[in-house]
Amino acid sequence: MGDNKLKPGIAAGRLTAEDYRANFSDLHPPLDRHEAAVEADRCYFCHDAPCMTACPTSIDIPMFIRQISTGNPLGAAKSIFDQNILGGMCARVCPTETLCEEVCVRETAEGKPVKIGQLQRFATDSAMNAGKQFYERGADTGKRVAVVGAGPAGLACAHRLTMHGHSVTLLDARPKAGGLNEYGIASYKTVNGFAQTEVDYILSIGGISCEYGKKLGSDIRLADLASDYDAVFVGIGLAGVNALGDADAAATGSEDAVEWISELRQARDLAKVPVGRRVVVIGGGMTAIDAATQSKALGADEVTIVYRGPRERMKASEYEQELAQTRGVTIRYEMSPKKIVTTGGAVTAVEFARGNEEISIPCDQVMKAIGQTLDISVLADAKLKLDKGRIAIDGEGRTSVAGIWAGGDCVNQGDDLTVTATAQGRDAAESIHAALGS
Amino acid sequence: MADIRNDFVGIKSPNPFWLASAPPTDKEYNVRRAFEAGWGGVVWKTLGEEGPPIVNVNGPRYGAIWGADRRLLGLNNIELITDRDLHVNLREMKVVKRDYPDRAVVASIMVPCEEAAWKAILPLVEETGADGIELNFGCPHGMSERGMGSAVGQVPEYIEMVARWCKANTRMPVIVKLTPNITDIRYPARAAKAGGADAVSLINTISSITAVDLDSFAPEPTIDGKGSHGGYCGPAVKPIALNMVADIARDPETAGLPISGIGGVTTWRDAAEFLALGAGNVQVCTAVMTYGFKIVEEMIAGLNNWMDEKGHASLDDVIGRAVPNVTDWQYLNLNYVTKAKINQDSCIKCGRCHIACEDTSHQAITHMVDGARHFEVIDEECVGCNLCVNVCPVEDCITMVELESGTDPRTKKPINPDYANWTTHPNNPGAAKEAAE
Repeated sequence: MGDNKLKPGIAAGRLTAEDYRANFSDLHPPLDRHEAAVEADRCYFCHDAPCMTACPTSIDIPMFIRQISTGNPLGAAKSIFDQNILGGMCARVCPTETLCEEVCVRETAEGKPVKIGQLQRFATDSAMNAGKQFYERGADTGKRVAVVGAGPAGLACAHRLTMHGHSVTLLDARPKAGGLNEYGIASYKTVNGFAQTEVDYILSIGGISCEYGKKLGSDIRLADLASDYDAVFVGIGLAGVNALGDADAAATGSEDAVEWISELRQARDLAKVPVGRRVVVIGGGMTAIDAATQSKALGADEVTIVYRGPRERMKASEYEQELAQTRGVTIRYEMSPKKIVTTGGAVTAVEFARGNEEISIPCDQVMKAIGQTLDISVLADAKLKLDKGRIAIDGEGRTSVAGIWAGGDCVNQGDDLTVTATAQGRDAAESIHAALGS
Repeated sequence: MADIRNDFVGIKSPNPFWLASAPPTDKEYNVRRAFEAGWGGVVWKTLGEEGPPIVNVNGPRYGAIWGADRRLLGLNNIELITDRDLHVNLREMKVVKRDYPDRAVVASIMVPCEEAAWKAILPLVEETGADGIELNFGCPHGMSERGMGSAVGQVPEYIEMVARWCKANTRMPVIVKLTPNITDIRYPARAAKAGGADAVSLINTISSITAVDLDSFAPEPTIDGKGSHGGYCGPAVKPIALNMVADIARDPETAGLPISGIGGVTTWRDAAEFLALGAGNVQVCTAVMTYGFKIVEEMIAGLNNWMDEKGHASLDDVIGRAVPNVTDWQYLNLNYVTKAKINQDSCIKCGRCHIACEDTSHQAITHMVDGARHFEVIDEECVGCNLCVNVCPVEDCITMVELESGTDPRTKKPINPDYANWTTHPNNPGAAKEAAE
């Protein structure tokens, strides 16, 4: 037990070093060779496989699993990377239970899908651990493309453009590439610095010029990039967060969940990350789940997710909700936040309305995870057309402005998943390549 | 409870499940364990002549192939006959037979192809109280290079000759074990019968190379960089064995010759199939080498259960029952028309029936219907071949349904309820012509 296990208020060091290790260890330990072989044998090699159709990047899943089962994990990795260069991260963070594994015919037959995500990880880990590179920079086309945002969309776009021989400058506001993979996703899904390992693996194709700490709107301007480069890809994600409005209060313990997770992800020593003894997380998406489970993992005594809607409308999948619950998080539904109660400048409770009833949940820390927004001010100079607060694109990723493409969470399509962003980045690169070639 | 007691050429055993002559029956320790587990009999691993025993390789003796989940489907071996002293084996056989008088103990024998050699060993075996002998004319590896095993089994005249020697020199029943490494199993079977053998047992193992090590470029099992063909057995050889058993059972020249069925018997169902095709009992090896002796419990219980369910009182009600239904292709009813039918409730939509039919057969199964994945048989194209049934991962999801009347949507011809085969078919140049009107 850490010294501060039950210390009231917000405190670091609630747990022992052993607890931290256990709580932040790999959510799904990797399959070993035997486990992978057994699991791969379960695949029926379906024709026009539903899993492949369900994958936003259309990975040929039956083929890569067959390659695993025939003892060719590197071939399997190439089948994956051909479609999705972030196949390693997607293997870890994809909500497979609502994508490939949901439609697996073994799910239909027995309620037990083939563990596609874990097999994908087995294959991609095999290649990455062996340092096996499948791609090289294409012959130089003389064309220059700026990719703004080094998250999944930007990385996928930059990689594919480089394969086609275009010179890519990859720009990001943060000091590191990776986007939400590096700053957002729960750390037990991507242990041992995998996000950075993957970035290095992708960039090792060579020729991608990376400029970090360049924020769109202040350090660089979209209109300038559009005139300086042959094409621009915008994959800046959602930097803004929704406000709680009148219910909010600026006080110690009132946190933005995205920011809190980002700090946690960058922390070198988890024992130094403070967390409330009692934590309330407001929201219903993956950020809420990740903030809550990681609060619990850091030693919070009571963690409650409060969602305004009913269970079935929660954006976090049933699997994710159950994961949080089995890790000790309480989830309460159909309660709207009314007021963050403070005493002496510190949070002491959050008040909610449930119908006519008022419920107060005492806490030391409240994390707001009620959705992220696109900071549209940084796009104003290039006059990109928006749709529902996000960048409007067509099927190829083209924005309303010629020469500018966009993808990832900042656009009006897709479902804010790593895998969707990757698909959009890749497809935009193909569209850019086609446009630059003509 | 059905009566599954077995009487095979006068050798009695409490059930028809014997262990074949092989490593599991090489010594007293194993055989006692087998009998304790419930096996009805054993054919003791092949005895050689007196003197220094043969030697085995000291490296790997087995190669294999596997199905999904590394389920062993086929095994091959390069092990020879027993490498223990003849008298040690005889001594052990004697005490085992003494302690398990209700079980069958049969001695497998392989000695050089000279009457003196057989004359010498037969009394020694007889003295153990063994119930019978099995002549190993089957092993395709090692011993065959020395003029024994399949080298004898591939020459019907030798089979007949040795069988005759044995019948002349022992009172014990003589079973001749046949090699499948020939073109027509009926010839060696006829030879065994002509030599006076009481029964045949088959199949022995099939000459085989199971795999090649792609690093050393050597066949497996590999002994110091080299490999030799081995004898193949296990579930993979069952279809070959069933066919050979049926060939002998329905050959007028060998009809009624008792057969001990061997080849891939793994479950009660396999055993029942051998019995149905004319085997008087079965011998098992690979299945116990994979799972241990305990599987005999499943075999006994399963056979009993099936016989009770179907009302078969004893093994005689089952043995040979399928033989009349084995015929030549030319006698199959060409007016019998079936169509595959997919049960949509059991279909898991893997699409394998479609792609098998589409790529390799008759384009008779849909893939998309009204924009959704949907697999349904197109009767107008379906020839009733059964491939979809065999590739479907869900048992009984696809079934073959007979068209008993009406019109075949594929040929547009009316279903003819009468039997008609190739011998009278108009496309057959050699067909017996109907008398002109």
